[in-house]
Amino acid sequence: MSESQQKQKPAGREDGDTGTSGEGAKKLAKKGEALKEEMDSLMDEIDEVLEENAEEFVKNYVQRGGQ
Amino acid sequence: MAIPKVMGTEIEYGITVKNDRDFDPISSCVLLVNAYREERQARILWDYDQENPLADARGFQVDGEKYTPNQQENIARNKTLENGARYYVDHAHPEYSCPEVTNPRDLVIHERAGERIVEISRREASALLPEGMQMLIHKNNSDRKGNSYGSHENYLMDRRTSFKQIVEHLMPFFASRQVYSGAGKVGSENRAQSCDYQLSQRADFFETEVALDTMVKRPIINTRDEPHADREKYRRLHVIVGDANMSEYTIWLRQGTTALVLAMIEDGAVSRDLSLRDPVRAIKEVSHDPSLEQTVELQNGKRLSAVQLQAEYLELAKRYVASRSGEPWFPEVLVEWESTLAALERDPLELADRIDWVIKKVMIERFMARKGIDWESAEVQMMDLQYHDLRPEKGLYHLLERQGHVRRVVTDAEIMRAITEPPEDTRAYFRGHCLKRYGDQVFGVNWDSISFGIGDEPIKRVLMAEPLKGSKAHVAGLLERSKDAAELVRNLRA
Repeated sequence: MSESQQKQKPAGREDGDTGTSGEGAKKLAKKGEALKEEMDSLMDEIDEVLEENAEEFVKNYVQRGGQ
Repeated sequence: MAIPKVMGTEIEYGITVKNDRDFDPISSCVLLVNAYREERQARILWDYDQENPLADARGFQVDGEKYTPNQQENIARNKTLENGARYYVDHAHPEYSCPEVTNPRDLVIHERAGERIVEISRREASALLPEGMQMLIHKNNSDRKGNSYGSHENYLMDRRTSFKQIVEHLMPFFASRQVYSGAGKVGSENRAQSCDYQLSQRADFFETEVALDTMVKRPIINTRDEPHADREKYRRLHVIVGDANMSEYTIWLRQGTTALVLAMIEDGAVSRDLSLRDPVRAIKEVSHDPSLEQTVELQNGKRLSAVQLQAEYLELAKRYVASRSGEPWFPEVLVEWESTLAALERDPLELADRIDWVIKKVMIERFMARKGIDWESAEVQMMDLQYHDLRPEKGLYHLLERQGHVRRVVTDAEIMRAITEPPEDTRAYFRGHCLKRYGDQVFGVNWDSISFGIGDEPIKRVLMAEPLKGSKAHVAGLLERSKDAAELVRNLRA
């Protein structure tokens, strides 16, 4: 695989911070907030691009069987 | 000693035209495929002489009519591309078969180049439609109404390995690999038990263990024996059990683990009996259980979860890779396979940036929580579909990728290059460069042959029975020396 993926760490376990110390808890809370904001903006964007008239679209989506 | 695992995928895409009351899938497919224009546009036949989809790997020939279109229809439905791929109309779906590659990373590059090619032609085709209509393409496997279409994987195998061995050792692997290769689906279909969400798009459609069919009564293991290579030496294992994956990491892992297990089968390294009591039931049970907690019953009475079954294969694979020299990418597959199974055991949410069914599930659940809607809602079903939409501005997978929420395996530059450049280490190199150099003189193409029409001479067919021959190292000099197809044929004879 390429180097580009090595830079990204798996979601949810970015460092060894357990959040038990005061400093750690603050850091974690901050990170949590940032993540929440990121997710909020992602959900907004999904809401924006989602096909209008979803019900009709889904109903009319019929394919012929293939292999 | 296992043979090199040359591989490729064939993706059948979903096609629809928005606001077209008289939508006809076949003419839309023909429009789509012909909307794709390469620099040198030649009229080239797909060579059906070399095809035999009715040969069965268990050693017999099935009666049935072989499809051979007339010349005009042939040219209208088949495009052989300069990158070595075949882009064509299969029944009522557009299909892209990528060129032969030698490793999972190149497979990701070429499968994704195929997505770009289909998207380019979708835009061109849409522009030709009446005002207000738009063609849409989905890289998925079902319409959620009981109609399924496939995304098939192909792996080169040693003819000496018996098909019985392949079936025995592959069945439990195929029933369980969906824990990391599933593309995710909202609800169920084809009379399967109802559920909110399941791992796989295809699991509901498998009705038998082993058979030749691909369109009805689909089998977990397909017996089509059409090697597209020297049939004395090779098989092409035609895998129809998989999903159309969007995530690069998922595609990579699916190809890597499967190829590794196939090499192990060739070398007799799957030394444990993991046979399932009822594979057809198991594949559905595993798919319908996103908690990954349920177990399936083995022939010997033991019960294992799908992740535990995969862990059995992993353990054997580790021993196998440690004990011999194999493909250079095997060790990397082991590392990622192990970390993926460990994450699935701990908490699948850890894979929300790389495994399709988890990416989709997490995205939908967040959206549901925010909107206060449930799995039955039309918006949720729309998300399930739109995750697979090829339009960069509308596709939800593309949105996640653009915002950096999913892990990449290859670069955009590599994908762009593969739109026009074949892989360098297989016969696809020869095929692609013959089209680039002598396109006007190419008469017909198939995976294992290319034929030339030179002046008034009889058609000259060059056979390519060895998938690893015709690589850049083999033929770059030959192509350089041959200024036209006549010279090429002369130089080949010399």
